Amino acid sequence: MVAVTQATARERDASHADAITIPAERLPELGGPVKMKARGLKLWYSDKQALAGINLDVPERKVTAFIGPSGCGKTTFLQCLNRMNDTIEGVRIEGDVTLDGADVYDRSVDVVQLRARVGMVFQKPNPFPKSIYDNVAYGPRIHGLATNRGDLDGIVESSLQRAGLWNEVKDRLGEMATGMSGGQQQRLCIARTIAVSPEVILMDEPCSALDPISTARVEELIDELRDNYTIVIVTHNLQQAARVSQLTAFFHLGRLIEVNDTAEVFQNPGESMTKDYITGRFG
Amino acid sequence: MTEPTFAIHSGPAAQARLRRRYARERRFKLMCLGALGVAAIFLVVLIGSIVSRGWSGFLVTQMELTVTYSPDLIDADSPRDGNFRMIVVEGLQQEFPEATDRSAMRALLGLVSNGGFIAVRNAVVDDPMLIGQTVTLWVPAASDIDMLNKGYIDRAAPEELRRVDDQTMAWIDRLEADGKIRTGFNWNFFTTGDSREPELAGIGGAILGSFWMLLVTFLVSFPTGVAAAVFLEEFAPKRRWVDIIEVNINNLAAVPSIVFGLLGLAVFLNLMHLPRSAPLVGGLTLALMTLPTIIITTRAALKGVPPSIREAAMGVGASPVQVVAHHVLPLALPRLLTGAIIGMAQALGESAPLLMIGMVAFIVDLPSGPLDAATALPVQIFLWADSPERGFVEKTSAAIMVLLGFLVVMNGVAVFLRQRFEVRW
Repeated sequence: MVAVTQATARERDASHADAITIPAERLPELGGPVKMKARGLKLWYSDKQALAGINLDVPERKVTAFIGPSGCGKTTFLQCLNRMNDTIEGVRIEGDVTLDGADVYDRSVDVVQLRARVGMVFQKPNPFPKSIYDNVAYGPRIHGLATNRGDLDGIVESSLQRAGLWNEVKDRLGEMATGMSGGQQQRLCIARTIAVSPEVILMDEPCSALDPISTARVEELIDELRDNYTIVIVTHNLQQAARVSQLTAFFHLGRLIEVNDTAEVFQNPGESMTKDYITGRFG
Repeated sequence: MTEPTFAIHSGPAAQARLRRRYARERRFKLMCLGALGVAAIFLVVLIGSIVSRGWSGFLVTQMELTVTYSPDLIDADSPRDGNFRMIVVEGLQQEFPEATDRSAMRALLGLVSNGGFIAVRNAVVDDPMLIGQTVTLWVPAASDIDMLNKGYIDRAAPEELRRVDDQTMAWIDRLEADGKIRTGFNWNFFTTGDSREPELAGIGGAILGSFWMLLVTFLVSFPTGVAAAVFLEEFAPKRRWVDIIEVNINNLAAVPSIVFGLLGLAVFLNLMHLPRSAPLVGGLTLALMTLPTIIITTRAALKGVPPSIREAAMGVGASPVQVVAHHVLPLALPRLLTGAIIGMAQALGESAPLLMIGMVAFIVDLPSGPLDAATALPVQIFLWADSPERGFVEKTSAAIMVLLGFLVVMNGVAVFLRQRFEVRW
């Protein structure tokens, strides 16, 4: 009896949320190929629902920014895209997430391969306590991307170059990565992700632990990477979202409230809640 | 004019409050310091009493003995079977011509340790050319003489209450005056096995026994414990049976060690018929005892690796096993080794379980492998502490000092490893 009551309560919550979250047919036209797609994605941490049926298309080779107040579900949703929350106890997921049209939660999908295709950069720079070289070389090594030392050297160099770090570290590749500055560490983490040649890069507030100068460098980097990678970035910094992204999605309480071209969201928000948030009236 | 509100934090009342607060803090700090002081005093008393009683255990009294390997008393064909007691007595009679009757000759023999006769024999066995010649040797003195020389026997006590009679004391004083008594470092203490004679007893056998035992303990408990901990911490599903195992491991760590001895007795000796008194069995028993400690410390070490490292590895597509093998385990290794060494140090100091599996025997020979009968350092201490001879008192304390030395070294290595190799974030 109790269980039934709970279930109906959850159903009611979800249906209530579904009424507000954007339905699939109201998603904006992207005018380009879609890389990842979420349909009716719901997620519970034990009994607490964190995502209430998210529908979202992530455009290929563009930067999509997720904004919203703390606890709105944007990081949770980001983690669903490469199944990083698989390992968390008590997580239950419903709905679909597709990468190039294939369901990433399908039984046949190897999560290790998925994470090679959908790489991730974290909030706090987390280089391995190894040398700079080994940090970048680790991914290619475990995926067997390089057959010999020369290949590996090449991958490390090009990754560091694309991350804009090569000139700073080329003479000290053997030094511990943990001895670098925070901004360098974060760019190293980006290089480490690039080294695996992912198709999508997920970034979870990549600049929140960095000073403004390092932040500017990482933002420049994101802008350059857009030519080759599909990027999804979670940020609390609205100016950053406006600067680096082409598409912005606004989350609130586990629901997707608004998604549109970044310029549109910031200059002419369609929802009053979005407007209140970006003008600093709540959040 | 009203007083401004910030005045609440200035003025005499505020000063008094502040003084009271600091006084309370000073009292608290003093109490902490006092507790530390009490602990330090106990430690000093413990170490002091052991050292003051045991330092002389590392020394041995030797006497200069001039003996003649007379061909009447020793046969060149079998020098091993010579009458060495007579050779020694005759040598001593050169020194003390007045000792001619049987009781005086017996008293002369009492000056020299059994090890002295063996030394006299070994000299001629090594070099049979000595037969017919006169040789001067330094040989260990008997335990009573050793005690007298080290001042443990009260010279003022009445003769009938003294271990050494007046006659012997007079002889010793004469030898001493002639420079024929000396105190040397007792190297034999570290190289020989147990003995009935305190002046000959050594802890070499016990050290070797402990070494073989700890080797077995480490080889069994370290890989098993680490593997079990890795599985429980990293791979085991969070299910009810895992919780039950966890509770049981924590309980096992608190089980009295004698219980592990009983288990070892039942399983290794009675069921598997492994050799009694062998370091192998002792090591296996101690491994059972150390296993929970190693599992617990390893799990703590694994937990100490920040989740950001796991996320980073997973983020570039490492499989769960790769995350553990490439990142978590290497980073946990210094703390994990530290835990293992501390577990080993515990095992080294453990005696109760060894009593149950027959390692408490009197064993003279040095064990040459984990299957030979042997004893262990703490058990040797236990055995000597139980011996009535005065000479074993200092040996007991000396052995305790050696054991403490090993423990200090092991814990020092643990601290060194932790400081040298631990990665900080």
